[in-house]
Amino acid sequence: MFYALLCYHQEDVVCAWTKEEDDAVMQKLAVVQERLAKAGKLGPVARLLPTTAATTLRKDQDPPLVLDGPFAETKEQLLGFYLLDCADLEEALGIARELGAANPGGSYEIRPVGLFVDGGARP
Amino acid sequence: MDEARAIGTTLTAARPQALAALLRYFRDLDLAEEAFQEACLRALRTWPQNGPPRDPAAWLIFVGRNVALDSVRRRARQTELPPEEILSDTEDAEADVVARMDGAHYRDDVLRLLFICCHPELPATQQIALALRIVSGLSIGQIARAFLVSEAAMEQRITRAKARIARAQSGEGGVPFEPPGPVERAERLGVVAAMLYLVFNEGYSAAGDQTQAREPLCEEAIRLARLLLRLFPAEPEIMGLAALMLLQHARAAARFDTDGAVILLDRQDRAQWNRAMIAEGLALLDKAMRHRRPGPYQVQAAIAALHARAEKPEDTDWAQIDLLYGTLEILQPSPVVTLNRAVAISKLRGPEAALAMVEPLGDRLGGYFHYHGLRGALLMQLGRTREAREGFMTAISLATTPAEAAHIRSHLDGLK
Repeated sequence: MFYALLCYHQEDVVCAWTKEEDDAVMQKLAVVQERLAKAGKLGPVARLLPTTAATTLRKDQDPPLVLDGPFAETKEQLLGFYLLDCADLEEALGIARELGAANPGGSYEIRPVGLFVDGGARP
Repeated sequence: MDEARAIGTTLTAARPQALAALLRYFRDLDLAEEAFQEACLRALRTWPQNGPPRDPAAWLIFVGRNVALDSVRRRARQTELPPEEILSDTEDAEADVVARMDGAHYRDDVLRLLFICCHPELPATQQIALALRIVSGLSIGQIARAFLVSEAAMEQRITRAKARIARAQSGEGGVPFEPPGPVERAERLGVVAAMLYLVFNEGYSAAGDQTQAREPLCEEAIRLARLLLRLFPAEPEIMGLAALMLLQHARAAARFDTDGAVILLDRQDRAQWNRAMIAEGLALLDKAMRHRRPGPYQVQAAIAALHARAEKPEDTDWAQIDLLYGTLEILQPSPVVTLNRAVAISKLRGPEAALAMVEPLGDRLGGYFHYHGLRGALLMQLGRTREAREGFMTAISLATTPAEAAHIRSHLDGLK
């Protein structure tokens, strides 16, 4: 089963990390990611730029409305995601705990993936 | 990151909002700061046991307000403080505060706090120091190091600036605590944006061994610009300001050599530029331009973006940069803008055309390091060695940092 691990965190806190703190977290996460990749469990991983760089297209009106900022105003923001190939929820939760140990605060939402298309484009 | 450090970061992140709301309650900066400080101490004591609250800013506002009210009452008559357990179990009350404090409240509170630091009677350096101390919560020591003064001197400077503001706030010209109207809000945003860019430039203009002490200024300015953007998400000039700072700061690692000497844009190792910052800057500029309300920050960001987009210096779109400086000359006429435009002209049409643009600026920029530096470089390209040497000598005498002087001296060495 493919799972999406959606990373939520308070953006103002993450933006207040010093460069050293940020680098340290990224380094710890890279160790876990490398192990997952070797085990063939790691799909695409993305860290999203701050929500201030986001734009929302609201389709509930015609023509759709373009709004500055993220879709929802929430206490924690979607800051990144992983796609993981796991046997079951237990395994996905285990990986989330491992990643969580490297990355303080925030929450992970674990969502099974219904459809995955690898369009092949790379940044 | 250990727990105390994580709590520290959370407190830093919550500071502008919490302090701004406390200022609205108490209408007194010292009392608001005291209340925030006390709330932070309680957070450090109770969060490790009870876990961090759902909304740290609301918790700090709630607890800060209660402690400050208590101490006011206690001064009036000696009464007992409530036991700490009551204060740390604030879930319901906290939810109540959050419900009453919607986004609109937060944003005008934070804007007011920043705006109060920009009092027009305070010189720019004091505005910057005050904002860094009050809004960002940088220590007096950190700020003193950034400004190359002693801690005692900086302490005194900030105390004086605060007293000046307290006087203004209690008099006729004080910043009112009612929510501002749309025109006032736009004016405040403009003033605050200018102050944030001053903070940034104070950090950005550092050179040599000063870069380390001043780098936090650039980072703070960017953090506060992002905060403003979260509060006012549809303001193209705030997007432009954030983009401009990100695109400039992205070059930080490539701007100085190991001896601390300046490396000019066309000699920088572009592989050292921070790609994530560039991506964020370009995204913000993209968003800003959709509004079709150009302004000086957006135009300057667009110029920085053209440099950021060029993989090699020779890929730089100088024609577009020339056009953008032309726009900036209209939006914000200044001889310094024309001087910068002359650089684009020199790349497009050669040193002679650029020199013709630079010479008339002598009256107004005669005391400006970069004027003589550029003029000398253009004369050097034209083979007018004697005049070039004179220009460089004048530039050195006007240099404000050793790195600037060293840079010009390297030109002089090349003249022989």
